[in-house]
Amino acid sequence: MNRNRLLDLWVGIFVMLGILALAFLALRAANASTFSSGVTYTVQARFDNVGSLKVRAPVRSAGVMVGRVSSISFDPETYEAVVQFTVATAYQFPKDTAAKILTAGLLGEQYIGLSAGGDTVMLKEGDVLHLTQSAVVLETLIGQFLYNKAAEGKPAESKPAEGGDAKGAASSK
Amino acid sequence: MATEPQTAIEPKADRPGVLGTLRAALEHLGGWVLRVLIRLGYIGRFAVAVVRFSGPSFARFGLVMREIYFAGVLSLVIISVSGLFVGMVLGLQGYDTLVRYGSANALGTLVALSLLRELGPVVAALLFASRAGSAITAEIGLMKATEQLAAMEMMAVEPIARVVAPRFWGGVISMPLLAAIFSAVGIFGGYVVGVLIVGLDSGSFWSQMQSAVDLRDDLLNGVIKSFVFGVAVTLIAVFEGYDAAPTAEGVSGATTRTVVTSALVILALDVVMTALMFRGI
Repeated sequence: MNRNRLLDLWVGIFVMLGILALAFLALRAANASTFSSGVTYTVQARFDNVGSLKVRAPVRSAGVMVGRVSSISFDPETYEAVVQFTVATAYQFPKDTAAKILTAGLLGEQYIGLSAGGDTVMLKEGDVLHLTQSAVVLETLIGQFLYNKAAEGKPAESKPAEGGDAKGAASSK
Repeated sequence: MATEPQTAIEPKADRPGVLGTLRAALEHLGGWVLRVLIRLGYIGRFAVAVVRFSGPSFARFGLVMREIYFAGVLSLVIISVSGLFVGMVLGLQGYDTLVRYGSANALGTLVALSLLRELGPVVAALLFASRAGSAITAEIGLMKATEQLAAMEMMAVEPIARVVAPRFWGGVISMPLLAAIFSAVGIFGGYVVGVLIVGLDSGSFWSQMQSAVDLRDDLLNGVIKSFVFGVAVTLIAVFEGYDAAPTAEGVSGATTRTVVTSALVILALDVVMTALMFRGI
């Protein structure tokens, strides 16, 4: 009996250590305190382009995480991306809140940034955000930049020859 | 089609011929496939029997406690020491690479994610298979070789219920706890290297880790992995012991097979589970 109790003690210590390790991992490494379940409400936003936004990407307002993207789908009628995201009920936003797709850092993941509007009516479950700004696509940005550069460069080059005509041609393009 | 080869082979019937060796090879291959299938079926039947006879081991939980002691408590030292070393190596290697991109502060993220998602469950399961799995196989195999299992059957005691099921559940309960301890000690090892030796900021080490590690996607998936590995390793260990030829040679072969098969099964299951769990993330 005595030996058995020692064995039980060791097993107890082992199980306690295992549970402590799990608790350490959950609280210290994974930070269970940031809401992962909790009470939330779902809001929808439509974007022309979501870039590389992923499901479970964070939703931030003023840089603070307030929710997560729950689904991304394509609407074949309007050819828009429909993004559903959940926001913790602790955070209430006005009805005219704007949603932008932003990038964390230069190469970081994309997230939804909410900027609160001035409406007195708050968003509720199932509402649709109307003010949206799509993700910035690098190729489009570079294309625009090159186009602007070309439009800038042309009149400057041909200015010495004949100023007025070349400028008019460039701007009409 | 069946007649043509026969007429062709007739003139040189004195030699074994290409067709003869081909036929022997085919027979060999077919026999091997059949043996593998029969063994797989036997393992499946054995697994069902273990679950079916699990009742007594929970009614007499002392039996399972004894096995948790042998499989879990006695593996604590090797698991925690290896975890510490693996975490420290991750810290050193990760720092060396990350510092080139000026993101050494992400070391905590790298150490925690590698350990929680992959290294914790997999390395702990490999160590568990060689430390506890081989011991279980050798013990059951020796019980069979010394006819203790047959003696139990004579006394109308089902050996699967009395010997196999407690060991199975002891291993299944121990494995996730060992993997969690491995990961926790490993993260501590990464902290020792990153913060105490290299001199990263302790605050950013933990906060970067906390913002990147998800409770469900990373921690829970890691625990599920280690549970599945625990079931696989312990089932292989008790099966190889139960199935061992009742000789010294048979027991030694079964112990070797336990370690080799467990390692292969762990890594194969890891590929499948990783593909399922981390597909879209």
